[in-house]
Amino acid sequence: MIDGVIALYIFMLAAFTGYEVISRVPVILHTPLMSGSNFVHGIVLVGAMVALATADTTLVRVIGFVGVLLAAGNAVGGYVVTERMLKMFVLAGKKKGP
Amino acid sequence: MPSASTIQTLTQLSYLIAAALFILGLKRMSSPVTAVSGVRWAGVGMLLATIVTLAFMGASSLNLMLVIIAIAIGTVIAWVSGKRVAMTDMPQMIALYNGMGGGAAAAIAAVELYSGNEHNPVHLTMAAVGGFIGAVSFSGSLIAFAKLQGLITKSVRFSGQKFVNLAILLITVGFGFMVVSGVGAESGLPVVSLLFVFALILGVAMTLPIGGADMPVVISLYNALTGLAVGFEGFVLDNAAMIIAGTVVGSAGTLLTQLMAKAMNRSLGNVLFSNFGETSVAGGGAAGTQKPIEASDAGVMMAYSQKIIIVPGYGLAVAQAQHKVWELTQLLMDHGVKVRFAIHPVAGRMPGHMNVLLAEAGVPYDLISDLDEINAEFETADVALIIGANDVVNPDARTNKNSPIYGMPILNADKAKNVIVIKRGQGQGFSGIDNALFGLDQTRMLYGDAQAAVSQLIQAVKAAG
Repeated sequence: MIDGVIALYIFMLAAFTGYEVISRVPVILHTPLMSGSNFVHGIVLVGAMVALATADTTLVRVIGFVGVLLAAGNAVGGYVVTERMLKMFVLAGKKKGP
Repeated sequence: MPSASTIQTLTQLSYLIAAALFILGLKRMSSPVTAVSGVRWAGVGMLLATIVTLAFMGASSLNLMLVIIAIAIGTVIAWVSGKRVAMTDMPQMIALYNGMGGGAAAAIAAVELYSGNEHNPVHLTMAAVGGFIGAVSFSGSLIAFAKLQGLITKSVRFSGQKFVNLAILLITVGFGFMVVSGVGAESGLPVVSLLFVFALILGVAMTLPIGGADMPVVISLYNALTGLAVGFEGFVLDNAAMIIAGTVVGSAGTLLTQLMAKAMNRSLGNVLFSNFGETSVAGGGAAGTQKPIEASDAGVMMAYSQKIIIVPGYGLAVAQAQHKVWELTQLLMDHGVKVRFAIHPVAGRMPGHMNVLLAEAGVPYDLISDLDEINAEFETADVALIIGANDVVNPDARTNKNSPIYGMPILNADKAKNVIVIKRGQGQGFSGIDNALFGLDQTRMLYGDAQAAVSQLIQAVKAAG
């Protein structure tokens, strides 16, 4: 599917994109940024699902099961805490009562 | 049922859309105004990729059932814990989720390597490297979690530690070569298992000696490593979404790691391999005695100030004092006092930790400034109120060449006309270094738990009129 050199191109472009996009994030948002990027690597879930789908021995099934479990936790947990944190950032003009 | 090639195309298209949504979502995070929509966009991408994969991955009914059960359990646990976790505990939660991602990447590698279906040497290498990095990130993040959660309170250090770690690293890499080259299979050794066991040990050994104040660097580093591991496994599985998302996270984590290390004026190698704080501390900076102050006097002083800069640190998080601090701030603002918050990049236990806590309490982010923005303003401040911060306001970093933190950028709280330091006791900071700020003529110490002390200040300011 993805040829070796093509894969390297994807890798290079993604690395530059990541660096450029992230370097514009202000310091006050660094924690949500980290948990947000944490959530994004939760895409490992689809890989874990495919890996478990191909499993044909008990050992591999167990490992695959643990992988999917961990990946789902990563994705869901990452999303929940990121959204919770981002909702808290308000401007002085818009603030609700204490 | 559509044909196999149609399914393939649909799946790849959904991954493409997901990758685009991830990048756009992260881009929207560059402003607090659009940031919430950013994470939702990324969430839509994740949901789309997951549903399409579930629908089209063509698993046997047993495997499909296992996938669904695993997702259900993981989702419920993470959802509940994510909703409940206190904002002060966010660093360990992020470390934990990060470790889970690394563990999942390692599990994918293990599935590929154990099943023995993979013979392409490039893919084998990618699987082994990604599995190695993922396993290190997994066990390292778990140790970071245990430290932040207070389950491990001591930093394990011994002489020659870095050589032991180097040896573990070399052994792990050696097993990696045996896995990839096929030598291992002939030798009859369980090389795949050994690779993972040693990678897990390496993660533990690397993280055990690292102290609490270095956690912002470590969390950022493991975030980058997990991203890379996911990217490598993406190559193995021909999954462009994983390659793109993993690499983007890898470079994001690298950037944050650099920023954090720079904010401490230390290299990454120094954080990971030096026994910081164990070196004997050269004195001389801590001249002068610490002069205590009563909360009532401090409150009067603050109530009649024109401008106050508050410097929060980890002590604020420990005492959960953020809500009281905001109450005090509002009270002072009602008195006509100009109040600002000054945040050092490494204050707390992860990048931006203080910002999140203040945001939780309701502090508008336009009152919060980082180091570069606010340092010039300390000279015009009547009071610098230090709440549970220590090393980040130690003027020795500017002046005392013998100090271990010499050269680290600090908040110039010592330039303020008066300094009030809220501190639990008379002990030293994390690094065991005397703080020259505490002995200055204009500095007064208000001893006590940050939440209790700030509550007393609130009463005092109220009493002052």
